[in-house]
Amino acid sequence: MTLDELREIAEKEREEQKQVSHSLKVCVAAGCLSLRSDQVLNILQAGVKERGLEGTCRVRGAGCMGLCAAGPLIRSEPQHTYYRGLSPDHPEIVGAILDNLDGPPLPEFALSPDLPFFAAQQKIVLENCGEIDPERIEDYIAAEGYEALLTCVAGRAPEDVVQEIIRSGLRGRGGGGYPTGLKWSMVAKAPGDQKYAICNADEGDPGAFMDRSVLESDPHRVLEGMTLAAYAVGATKGYIYCRAEYPLAVKRLKTAIRQAEKLGLLGKRIGDAEFGFEIEIRLGAGAFVCGEETALIASVEGKRGEPRQRPPFPAYSGLNHSATLLNNVETFANVPPIIRRGGSWFSSIGTEKSKGTKVFALVGDVNNTGLIEVPMGITLRDLVFKLGGGIPGNRKFKAVQTGGPSGGCIPDQYLDMNVDYESLMAVGSIMGSGGMIVMDDSKCMVDVAKFFMDFTRDESCGKCIPCRIGTTQLHGLLERISAGRGKMEDLDTLERLGNMVRRMALCGLGQTAPNPVRSTLKYFRDEYVEHIAGRRCAQGRCPCGQKPMAGGETQGELTDAGAKSVSG
Amino acid sequence: MQAYPVSVPLPSDDKRWKLVAATMRWHSYRPAALIEVLHTVQESFGFLDEVSLRFVASSLHLPMSTVYGVATFYHLFSLKPPGEHTCVVCMGTGCYVKGAATLMATIEEVAGVKAGETTADGRVSVVAARCIGACSLSPAVVFDGEVVPKVQPSVIREQFRRWMSYDAR
Repeated sequence: MTLDELREIAEKEREEQKQVSHSLKVCVAAGCLSLRSDQVLNILQAGVKERGLEGTCRVRGAGCMGLCAAGPLIRSEPQHTYYRGLSPDHPEIVGAILDNLDGPPLPEFALSPDLPFFAAQQKIVLENCGEIDPERIEDYIAAEGYEALLTCVAGRAPEDVVQEIIRSGLRGRGGGGYPTGLKWSMVAKAPGDQKYAICNADEGDPGAFMDRSVLESDPHRVLEGMTLAAYAVGATKGYIYCRAEYPLAVKRLKTAIRQAEKLGLLGKRIGDAEFGFEIEIRLGAGAFVCGEETALIASVEGKRGEPRQRPPFPAYSGLNHSATLLNNVETFANVPPIIRRGGSWFSSIGTEKSKGTKVFALVGDVNNTGLIEVPMGITLRDLVFKLGGGIPGNRKFKAVQTGGPSGGCIPDQYLDMNVDYESLMAVGSIMGSGGMIVMDDSKCMVDVAKFFMDFTRDESCGKCIPCRIGTTQLHGLLERISAGRGKMEDLDTLERLGNMVRRMALCGLGQTAPNPVRSTLKYFRDEYVEHIAGRRCAQGRCPCGQKPMAGGETQGELTDAGAKSVSG
Repeated sequence: MQAYPVSVPLPSDDKRWKLVAATMRWHSYRPAALIEVLHTVQESFGFLDEVSLRFVASSLHLPMSTVYGVATFYHLFSLKPPGEHTCVVCMGTGCYVKGAATLMATIEEVAGVKAGETTADGRVSVVAARCIGACSLSPAVVFDGEVVPKVQPSVIREQFRRWMSYDAR
């Protein structure tokens, strides 16, 4: 396929879309699907046939529209409206939408796209999510898809593509924030004939689903981004390492790969040029540590997902000891628009050191739970109160947790902080992959810290001792405190042990595992003290109960708690 | 890595072994395909037993210790047969702050099993998931592959009552 042929397909598809005056798009990403949006889609399609509207109204499944809290969502054009909360149990309401295509939107189910939740977003990664049918490559091509790729293979030097990414200032969206352009140029310069490109779709952070949504809503964007990267660094073989917990994402990726191969946009001689690139999917098997790059590579090789010492970095010696480029889903998804519109356009968005936009999963105690994409540098207050619509039940905001088990809890005094890599680091958390869990005042921070330590203790691969033993002991201390059996000196032990694990662990999992404890100790120390001195949990979430416990409990030995761990 | 064409005899006439063999052939019996092959075994048989692990090990020219090491490293692989029904409770942060622990406690109360266990009558396996990505609809539970959003303890009670009553067979 050449660029001209691609544009022909795009033109034809756009023409076809213009033929119909009305369009209804139904979200068929996992969130809305669990609310049976597929049945709503069927009712709509049957309704269109019944009413003989085939020529005027086009009903399609589309990707994630973001506001999962109001699902299943439907987008109606040209009414310029979202319809929310439609249930297949009420087909008459779904039918009423079809009877009212030209009138004003049905007020009781309409949501205006001008609401702050939609209007305050700036979409780059998610620009096609909710717009195109994820299972049709023509839809993606009509939205300028694969244009960047074919333009590059037809006439742009690989070094030039790397330079464009460097110019954009894009940083890795998986958590660490390493400059993407720099990584690409390292792999491009690395010696060796066989190079690999791997997409990290092992979105293990609990409370985060950005990558799942992108893969389910716009899989071709990830394929195009990966292929562009492969062209830039000279890779010929690629893997997408995807969680097995995301069956729909895997299915849509497989469909997308097949479609792209058929059109010659993937495989040998892409765009009739000398360049060839193949992508295979590798399924994860439920190990959080496989999000770490060296562990992920071991897992692609069919081994236990244990990290190894770096250097050598995967850029020099990764998969099968060859130079390997490893980027996150969202990072790759940023690539096609950057190539299309230029690196300087991208770097004009965001803050000085954090360019572009970031996708966040807004979950927990917040009214508008869902997926949002905002420019870097937005304040936490805007995120939680403007886009998120505040805390349900008029409760008080307590903290927001970012970065998953590697991040920390940020208290209300930092609500006006700008969200970017450096600022989050400065308050003891990290950007992470973009999960943002909002917590109201009914949550106990000791309990939250215990939850995360339980997670990392269980997910520690066991290879290095600081992480394997350290996380177990930290969890044991927290369990003791939350049971009302803690001692004051436990707080110092938590800090000392946390620091030790942070400094000595082999990989990112261990090095960041103490963050939830450290940040809650720093900002919510009084809660820990209350659990120890008062032997009570004000929120009633811990085993010690809301009322002060009678004293005289035997002090459990630390190792008791440790003995039963490291089983799973 | 060198690929060895091999023909290890299938452990039995069970047709499902052919699926496993097909996956290995597709990957040219490369040891790197181990995880993919174990996925196929688990999809076909529901779990990994010693027979299947030995079959995979000899077919891929891997020591049994390596295969066993991989099978036990990953949470998703199970060495025990699953119950008739599976209930996966998402324990991701989003679900946790919305009360997933209460759901787990409800299950223990009605079925007497904890996460990772199967009821004594073999009816229901209970699994705790790290995060199923349905965070905006938390707490979420997966009943036999179907994601159910915003679950209340009453929903759990009802589902388990249906699964565990004798008429359910």
